[in-house]
Amino acid sequence: MPHINLPKEYPGIRSLFIYRPETAAPLNGLVQQLLYSPHPTLSQGERELIATYVSSLNHCKYCSTIHGAIAKHHLHNGNVVEKVKANPDDAPISKKLKSLMKIAGKVQISGKEVLPSDIEAARNEGATDIEIHDTVLIAATFCMFNRYVDGLATWAPDDLEVYDRMGKQRAEEGYLTPPFKIKS
Amino acid sequence: MAHIKLPEGLPGIRGPMAFRPETAKPLNELAEVLLRSENSLSRGERELIATFVSSLNNCFFCQNAHGGIAQHYLQCDLQYIDSIKNDYRSSDLSDKLKTLLSIAASVQNGGKQVTTEQIEKAKSLGATDIEIHDTVLIAAAFCMFNRYVDGLGTWAPQDRNIYVERGPRRAAEGYINFDLYKQ
Repeated sequence: MPHINLPKEYPGIRSLFIYRPETAAPLNGLVQQLLYSPHPTLSQGERELIATYVSSLNHCKYCSTIHGAIAKHHLHNGNVVEKVKANPDDAPISKKLKSLMKIAGKVQISGKEVLPSDIEAARNEGATDIEIHDTVLIAATFCMFNRYVDGLATWAPDDLEVYDRMGKQRAEEGYLTPPFKIKS
Repeated sequence: MAHIKLPEGLPGIRGPMAFRPETAKPLNELAEVLLRSENSLSRGERELIATFVSSLNNCFFCQNAHGGIAQHYLQCDLQYIDSIKNDYRSSDLSDKLKTLLSIAASVQNGGKQVTTEQIEKAKSLGATDIEIHDTVLIAAAFCMFNRYVDGLGTWAPQDRNIYVERGPRRAAEGYINFDLYKQ
């Protein structure tokens, strides 16, 4: 049961967005910019994979499952999502994205864990400053979202079909449209 | 030296914000709503939560920048801010705020670390749902800001008095309508 009185017909962060629209607006603006808006080089699917991986490291069931579902809809590939969650180094993704995942994994522990050698490794695979910046900020942002969702003990559906529907909505519409109700 | 090429001369989060204004906008809007907008928790109390979490994350820039602002609002000295960071339980803060700080510390550790007992205690001391919500989100948001600032290897002035001196102006200008380049 959530720690505070949240609307029951919305799961995870959706219940928090309905509960507190004042903070929902900038939070959705941030995730829209980071994960959905056009990016010079990183695809929507790649950015969602970073969000999924960090949420999985933080053991946040709701975030890792929903962003995994969004990534799957963008990439038309559920296998890559599961492999990234298990270990990005063994996943069928580019070497550049693997080096960015390494940076994201370090940010999940602490910003100070990111070493010049991690950055150099990413640059050697062709990563740009904007890609490194956005990777660090996506990873940092999900260290926030995961704590927000779990820190208030929001409910996470068990039914994967529910995540698939929500994931399809976000992959198609982005983050600025209202959520639909779900039976708990 | 920062890990990427940032506009020169801007300390802490200001470098990445100038580098990427598209993400700076919602980040600043979030800080404004959480730390400055109308709330039953005072601005000083909310800046104190931000300072405390930044201290737990060992982020020099954030704990001093927000510590300077908290110090201004609370009209206290640097030693008082340090005493909260080191041992808030022994401070003269209200029992309600101490409980909210304990929730913030749990969030810093991981969202699942927040216990029902902590929440019940906060409620029994008069904390509202919105106050609990905002405490969790402030703590979570600074787990983001701290990682952003340190994960890009930004630089920060080492003289702590600089942050104290700037506190009043930072408090007055807020997080939305300010000049990133004005120190």
